[in-house]
Amino acid sequence: MKIDELNRESEMIYSGHNACPGCGAALAVRYLTRALGTNLAVVLTASCWSIIAGMPPFTALKCPVLHCPFPSAGSVGSGLKRGLNAKGLQDTTVIVLAGDGGTFDIGLQSLSGAAQRNEDYIFVCYDNEAYMNTGMQSSSATPYGALTNTAPYPLFKEGQKKDIMQIMAAHGIPYAATATVAFPEDMEEKLKKAKEISGFRFIHILSPCPPGWGTESSDTIHLSRLAVATGFFPLYEVRNGVNWKMTVPTDEKRIPLNDYLSGQRRFKKMDEPRRQILQKEIDRDWESLMKRVNNSK
Amino acid sequence: MVQSEVKFISGNEACAEGAFYAQARFYAGYPITPSSEIAQIASERLPTLGGCYVQMEDEIASIAAIIGASCCGVKSFTATSGPGFSLMQENLGVAIMGEVPCVIINVQRSGPSTGLATSPAQADIMQCRWGTHGDHAIIALTPSSVQECYELTIRAFNLSEKYRSPVVILSDKTVAQMREKVILFTPGEVELLERKKPTGSPGEYLSFRPDDDGIPPMASFGDPHLLRITSSTHNEQGFTDDDPSNAFTLIRRLYDKIEDNADDITQIKTYFMEDAETTFITFGITARAALNAVHKLREEGNKVGLINLLTMWPFPACKIKEAVANCRSLLVPEMNLGQLVREVERACCAKEVHSYTKSNGKNIFPGEIIQAWRDSL
Repeated sequence: MKIDELNRESEMIYSGHNACPGCGAALAVRYLTRALGTNLAVVLTASCWSIIAGMPPFTALKCPVLHCPFPSAGSVGSGLKRGLNAKGLQDTTVIVLAGDGGTFDIGLQSLSGAAQRNEDYIFVCYDNEAYMNTGMQSSSATPYGALTNTAPYPLFKEGQKKDIMQIMAAHGIPYAATATVAFPEDMEEKLKKAKEISGFRFIHILSPCPPGWGTESSDTIHLSRLAVATGFFPLYEVRNGVNWKMTVPTDEKRIPLNDYLSGQRRFKKMDEPRRQILQKEIDRDWESLMKRVNNSK
Repeated sequence: MVQSEVKFISGNEACAEGAFYAQARFYAGYPITPSSEIAQIASERLPTLGGCYVQMEDEIASIAAIIGASCCGVKSFTATSGPGFSLMQENLGVAIMGEVPCVIINVQRSGPSTGLATSPAQADIMQCRWGTHGDHAIIALTPSSVQECYELTIRAFNLSEKYRSPVVILSDKTVAQMREKVILFTPGEVELLERKKPTGSPGEYLSFRPDDDGIPPMASFGDPHLLRITSSTHNEQGFTDDDPSNAFTLIRRLYDKIEDNADDITQIKTYFMEDAETTFITFGITARAALNAVHKLREEGNKVGLINLLTMWPFPACKIKEAVANCRSLLVPEMNLGQLVREVERACCAKEVHSYTKSNGKNIFPGEIIQAWRDSL
């Protein structure tokens, strides 16, 4: 994609905002607003984006924003969309934007309730794999073996990352997809598709965090690409909870996970046995995903 | 003789040190500024002390988990701030109703809701007292220095064990994050209290039969004595019981075991009270500003004194009344719109009571207190 082909006019994000350099989440929202047009209403919960969107003079979003408490994004979005409908404003696209904590942990109950009711909005989780806004504490989205401030060396994060996509698919929602900033066309296409579908839609975006992951701000795109190429974060979509389809093909022979881990300070002290465990976990999840994809053909 | 250790640490670190000294060995929590350091230290230290740190999915889960752990006889604690403390309220009631000892550190920040993330406030006084529904009593301690964070956390565990009650530490963002010199106790230097265990045979034990002091001995899960805890109104056996006279007896006992022991539970610190005509009554970080104001006013020859409340709940009404017996007027500076001043007015209704409030995320400075005192003359 060439830069002059970008639909800059519809971007609902100002430059000079408050996000850290190289923030995957800031870039993701930029693509998101580009794909979804300007008739947006955004629900935010406690996360980095509540700071990015909310602190003048660095306020980043040009659309109306409802900033709600941490556990309630899914429910506030439900009420907001129904309220707009009641006012005859059906055309407004409602986006609920939450981090991994507001999705995987404290937000899971309201997310699940909204998904089960098939509420008509798009829930976007930008996943930087820990509580970065409060200073890098583990979440249930933190990968096994990562260092965080509540899993300090020599402890490492225990337990595997929660498989949020399978949880959402199990709700039988019309559309769920993964996306990364390394594949903006793929992300935009998914968001545009999501916009055309009614009912509950869920987009899971891997969002590299340079200060939290211990990476260079210039590595965000490269890391996102490696996450896909290693199978750590495959790009796919799920329709109605049963129809699984890869959208960016990953080679049958994925590159070793170490290539993805080695550039990040949070994995620096991870020993070889732990790396093997994580690699096996990724292999197993990959095979399970391939089965679902093949069964959907 | 073991030398006391002197450290230069923050209030949050001191709370964690106090908890470890008190033999707390279980922490369940969820990140929230400005309390997260306590979780981080607990995650690092507890495993080395043979304890356990668990990161939970939210604050509801955090307090619920410490209730579970405490029922096994493990001293347990969690830490949070405003929004998380709000989420904890239902389970705070469970700990009160089930008489489960535990410690909740609430590092106050400006609200309501997300509020000024993250600026200091002292506006959770009434939430702490009445946030969970129904008639109940609560113990809440209010440190004004890093040393007090350390000492009051130890005291919080002692009180929670002694009275079979949750104890809240109402710290604030400034006290929690400022660094000061702290003298840590040597092992054995401070007496550590443990909950009363049943002394009779397992067959005779009833989970909620109080001794004469109103406090039932507490068995642990795993003991031969069978422990039954319920969040419902219950009889001495721990079974749900909707008989009105049983309900009244229980509600009254839960209330009285705290309020009737206010003399033992409450602590105040007094400064320059011998000849004080006006007394500043406050707590937390505002007490530090008030002490500075008192020093300055004393240099000018003004007869002012200070009461620093180390206990907020039960309200130390008797101790305050006694201390201010010879004062003409009282001035209550606080970082909220006037939650403490009403309690002071109730306790000292014969006195002239003035209020100075500030609720904008900024600390109260000594100059403001001096000005408020001048305005009150």
